[in-house]
Amino acid sequence: MVAAESLIRVTGLARVFGAQRVLDGVDLDIAAGEAVALLGANGAGKTTLLKIVATLLRPTRGRATVAGHDCVREAEAVRAVLAVVGHGAYVYEDLTARENLVFWARLGGLSADRQALAGALADVDLERHADARVRTFSAGMKRRLALARVTLGRPRVLLLDEPFAGLDQRARKWLEGRLEAFKAAGGALLMATHSFGRELGIADRLAILAGGRVSLDTPRAGLGPEDLQRLYAAHTEDGS
Amino acid sequence: MAWKDLLVERRSKETLNALLFFSLALLFVFQFALGPDRERLAAVLPGLLWLGFILSGVLALGRAFLVERENDCWEGLLLAPGDKSAIYLGKLAGSLALMLVVEALVLALFVLFFNVDLGPALPGLALVIVLGTIGVAAVGTLFAAMTAQVRARELLFPVLLLPVLVPVLLGTVRVTEALLLREPLAAVAHWLQLLVAADVVYLTVGLLTFDVILEG
Repeated sequence: MVAAESLIRVTGLARVFGAQRVLDGVDLDIAAGEAVALLGANGAGKTTLLKIVATLLRPTRGRATVAGHDCVREAEAVRAVLAVVGHGAYVYEDLTARENLVFWARLGGLSADRQALAGALADVDLERHADARVRTFSAGMKRRLALARVTLGRPRVLLLDEPFAGLDQRARKWLEGRLEAFKAAGGALLMATHSFGRELGIADRLAILAGGRVSLDTPRAGLGPEDLQRLYAAHTEDGS
Repeated sequence: MAWKDLLVERRSKETLNALLFFSLALLFVFQFALGPDRERLAAVLPGLLWLGFILSGVLALGRAFLVERENDCWEGLLLAPGDKSAIYLGKLAGSLALMLVVEALVLALFVLFFNVDLGPALPGLALVIVLGTIGVAAVGTLFAAMTAQVRARELLFPVLLLPVLVPVLLGTVRVTEALLLREPLAAVAHWLQLLVAADVVYLTVGLLTFDVILEG
């Protein structure tokens, strides 16, 4: 059996902010078709790790690669294959939902034809709000618009920071379906979350960040909600 | 990028309103200080005109990247694959268009307030305004990006920008003065050449360094 291609590889990654060592030797490997949920307490470094892999932040030490491209030296090549949904939705409040998608599509060199945009908006249940200004949207609607932006491209790697935050049940179900389809198509997914809810069902592995390192990296299959709580408590509160 | 910036500005009118009120206040102060003395006015008008243009330009350019801070759009720009100089050119075009609109209005108000007959000087004046504004916008867009993520950006931006604009200021004021005094453009050709050279240098530096500045 041939091992799946590693799409995200993080080796000995460290990041220091002033006197604070947020990451201190993180190792993580995510193969094509695999999803990893990144868990950890507030300030554990989940967002920092995502930002380094996304080329938005330079590591102090260590290396991160995406699809074989170094996140520091080959940032442009990395950006060509990944999509990010972070804390901010990357949307302009004074543009409509459709105009936002047109802008990001053109900037990314993607097709901005009416049909593709309508499809992306329909996917996230925003087609009725296509011509409404984002200023009038709720946080959940902005989140859905951010996800519609991601679906316009064809990324091989998805980095998601709390992707289910602010979504209603219907949008959650839609997102789960899209993420499963993304995995099935050979994409790699790294998702930072605080939640132990149904979104963890997408993950093939769980990685817990504590003390600046991945203190636990385990397959999710077979773990019930109580097992998860126990593992999380053991690796975060007890300091592992 | 320019399309997006102008659309956002057309809807919010935040920068345009601020610039118009600022320019009006400036004109009132100038009018009050100078009074009806035509000779004094003729001597200081080019400087006043460009003082108004530069200050409103600093105000406009200082806000150019504010819109990118909402909802982390700045990160989105960084992550967009491709040549970042396209973002620079788009931002520059958007700022340039906004500044030229404000400058046209300020010029019209100057004519009204000070009863100046621009007449035959107008085509030459339009040329020097366009050249001067390109220079201000080219270097201003670069420094606005550089200071956009800095806490003291309101202080840092003009401190960085204004000294670099000295060649543009000297050239534009001298050419404007010659035009208002009905001197032939040939008499100030070297100042026009300085303006063109400054524009070329600022644009080239902007295109070559914007990528590095955006990445921080």
